[in-house]
Amino acid sequence: MNMLSKKARCDADGQDSSFFVGLQEYEKNPYDVVRNPSGIIQMGLAENQLSFDLLESWLARNSDVATFEKNGGSTFRELALFQDYHGLPAFKKVLVDFMAKIRRNKVSFHPNKLVLTAGATSANETLMFCLANPGEAFLIPTPYYPGFDRDLKWRTGVELVPIHCSSLNKFRITESALQEAYQQAQKLNLRVKGILITNPSNPLGATMTRLELNHLITFAMDKNLHIVSDEIYSGTVFGSSSFISIIEAARERNLENTDIWSRIHIVYSLSKDLGLPGFRVGMIYSDNETVTSAATKMSSFGLVSSQTQYLLSNLLGDKKFMKSYMKENRKRLKKRHEMLVSGLGNMGIRCLKSNAGLFCWVDMRHLLSSNTFEAEMELWKKILSEASLNISPGSSCHCTEPGWFRVCFANMKKETLKLSIQRMKTFVDSINDENSENQQLSFCITKRRSLTKWVFQLSLYDRGPDR
Amino acid sequence: MATNELHGENSPYFHGWKAYDNDPFHPIQNPNGVIQMGLAENMLSFDLIEDWIKKNPRASICTSEGLNKFRDIAIFQDYHGLSEFRNAVAKFMGRVRGDRVKFDPARIVMGGGATGANELITFCLADPGDAFLVPSPYYPAFGRDLRWRTGVQLFPVMCNSKNDFQITVEALEEAYEKAKQSNIKVKGLIIVNPSNPLGTVLDREALKTLVSFINEKNIHLVCDEIYAATVFSAAPNFISVAEIIQEMDCNRDLIHIVYSMSKDMGLPGFRVGIVYSYNDAVVNCGRKMSSFGLVSSQTQHLLASMLDDEEFVEMFLRESAKRLSDRHKFFTMGLEQVGISCLKSNAGLFVWMDLRSMLIEQTVEAELELWKIIINQVKLNVSPGSSFQCVEPGWFRVCFANMDDATVEIALKRIQMLAGQGKEKEVAVKNKPWRKNLRLSFPARIYDESSVMSPRLMSPHSPIPHSPLVRART
Repeated sequence: MNMLSKKARCDADGQDSSFFVGLQEYEKNPYDVVRNPSGIIQMGLAENQLSFDLLESWLARNSDVATFEKNGGSTFRELALFQDYHGLPAFKKVLVDFMAKIRRNKVSFHPNKLVLTAGATSANETLMFCLANPGEAFLIPTPYYPGFDRDLKWRTGVELVPIHCSSLNKFRITESALQEAYQQAQKLNLRVKGILITNPSNPLGATMTRLELNHLITFAMDKNLHIVSDEIYSGTVFGSSSFISIIEAARERNLENTDIWSRIHIVYSLSKDLGLPGFRVGMIYSDNETVTSAATKMSSFGLVSSQTQYLLSNLLGDKKFMKSYMKENRKRLKKRHEMLVSGLGNMGIRCLKSNAGLFCWVDMRHLLSSNTFEAEMELWKKILSEASLNISPGSSCHCTEPGWFRVCFANMKKETLKLSIQRMKTFVDSINDENSENQQLSFCITKRRSLTKWVFQLSLYDRGPDR
Repeated sequence: MATNELHGENSPYFHGWKAYDNDPFHPIQNPNGVIQMGLAENMLSFDLIEDWIKKNPRASICTSEGLNKFRDIAIFQDYHGLSEFRNAVAKFMGRVRGDRVKFDPARIVMGGGATGANELITFCLADPGDAFLVPSPYYPAFGRDLRWRTGVQLFPVMCNSKNDFQITVEALEEAYEKAKQSNIKVKGLIIVNPSNPLGTVLDREALKTLVSFINEKNIHLVCDEIYAATVFSAAPNFISVAEIIQEMDCNRDLIHIVYSMSKDMGLPGFRVGIVYSYNDAVVNCGRKMSSFGLVSSQTQHLLASMLDDEEFVEMFLRESAKRLSDRHKFFTMGLEQVGISCLKSNAGLFVWMDLRSMLIEQTVEAELELWKIIINQVKLNVSPGSSFQCVEPGWFRVCFANMDDATVEIALKRIQMLAGQGKEKEVAVKNKPWRKNLRLSFPARIYDESSVMSPRLMSPHSPIPHSPLVRART
């Protein structure tokens, strides 16, 4: 008899993908400016480490939070006992205000419709449990965050069917791509329950256009589907074109109080905007009472520590501070983004135009030996071993086109980013040298076609092995 | 799944919660309110922890002393957990077991409280449709934690008062056979030791019997030892399954422990659940699954410091046990004075009270009738045995560690009056003025009027949406 469950035995958690392999390699040989200057630079983790100093100075000015002495009187024991799955009311209030601020107050949120979870990881899984049965499916645009294979499918038994997006139109979701995905699901005999999008996108770093959102909404209305919008990067929008939340798009179409309104659900977290992934603060926002009621009960399996709720309700409650924090944070993200884009641009590598996120979606198709995923993996391994950079290959994000890579820029010091760009330059130069040698070689081969075979072979041996 | 009833919250037992939430006791503002005796929480030793936190500012990432750790902690989301956290937890678990066993930090896996930990281990060990055996009476939320999203079934191993609710081999075999006959695969046995709701500990023989049973049937054994440090008298001693497997041959791949900081340390709000497995594959899989319920790194950091402080841990365990013992003695003696007996116990935050003699007839209906009287007229929210799937009507779990001395005294008086009235339906509850108790061996706590000591807490099971704690500032 199999002693463990199927879930324990299977690979659905996707942890053997290159995304995780790269992380492991990094752990074996991590870069450190002093102790290991030739180690691997981690560019595969979408973390925001740019603005801790701002948070630290807030804490230094507000040390009464530490002693639980805010609101006049010790609240330690109340917090220690507080395990109500409805969450700390003060915390939910500041969270909905914060979420509204990010959306330029174009929409307002109610604390009663917010469910707290242990990170967005838990929020996404919980929504799948609530919205779909085992064997049912969600459509998801590619490329997408590799962790979704685990978060959405593993314990829930839900299937993911990709909506294929292509570089030909900047990876935007089209009506025909939606239709195709839906039909594909039907071919596989899968009942589609909804669509899950990440907006701003991971790994693209781009916010979705109004047009895309409208396609989605129309499609979801037509097919009676749910829309889950993971807006975890909504606070990292640094570019000029602003972020449109799915809720905003729906509101603009006067869809409040219609059927579809109760099928739109937002996922959010403080892990990216505030750079606090360790604190495990995620949330689900939905107008659908059945969903929030079930999700609230399910959150019992992953509540947010009351200690953390208390700290953050004070931090986020300082509206003046949060305003200046978000402004400065965006400024720093923008600068880093520009640094990477221009640095890569100088070596002939282009990035998808993006205005958000903690990474760039980099086009290295021209560096592939062939237009295949094998060549992409080859290139990825080379970059890892020769340039000592851990970046994420597009195939790990289920991209349908080989040659794209996600490169993170916000999880390191400025000098480290500079160094990684230098290493990339060195690497690209070496490839170009190789390529030009090969070009010369093939030119010579063409020239010498007229000579006898054995003379041709001698010439090859003279040059030695190229790859 | 969102619409089925497996979350268990629509059961009739919520009547008790509702009654409390609508009319909560407060010594001054609402002295006739319902006293909450249905929440197994440990509120007796907060002062010790508060004291430690004040003396150890470095353990917090918010203080000037601890601020330098802020960014490293804030960014840390590795599902292995902070190594200092795992080391401290392993050390603490060993200490709680008198250092008779050593725990390996590498086998510690985090869960979102014991709630999350129990669900996680079930996901790892069983497929939808499989079953776990669980001795009854058992913690009601197991119905949700072990079954809801996992699709696993529970088969009770029935225990009764004839032998003080001990688990017998016959009962185990009966439950196992029942599952087999329905063509259901039994994947394991889950026990809670010390027991909730009984408050008893399993002796060496009983544990060995259980281990032999699961070994022979080749099924898993999950031991929820969440109440391990609430054992308040040395006899009988608490023996962990970790000790037993050192003394006998068994397949260690079948042995798993669930633990938490919620009862021993009284920190349920911090959501610290632990799965400790002797099975490498379970540790690996469980660790990945823990992504869905990691412990906040801020909390890991605080506890790593606290639990590593050997002097503090020693003092805390000793003092906490003493306070629990005193409270238990006071309460049970008070009950004995009016002829109410409880199952003999030496652990947990509650007593298993025998009110069979007060039942009009030995049925669940009569038990629920009596329970309604206790809630509505005696104004105590206690938990009826049927909510624990107890096969014998008339038993009630009564929590005693979630209130101060004065409230316990009032609760006791109310129960004494109930007993004094015998089988009469009408019980008049007189308005007793609150006063400090001079008989107790430790000082009564002063009521802080700005914060309620018998907090108006919402059970996670309560359907009522508002939490009165920590009001929004805007």
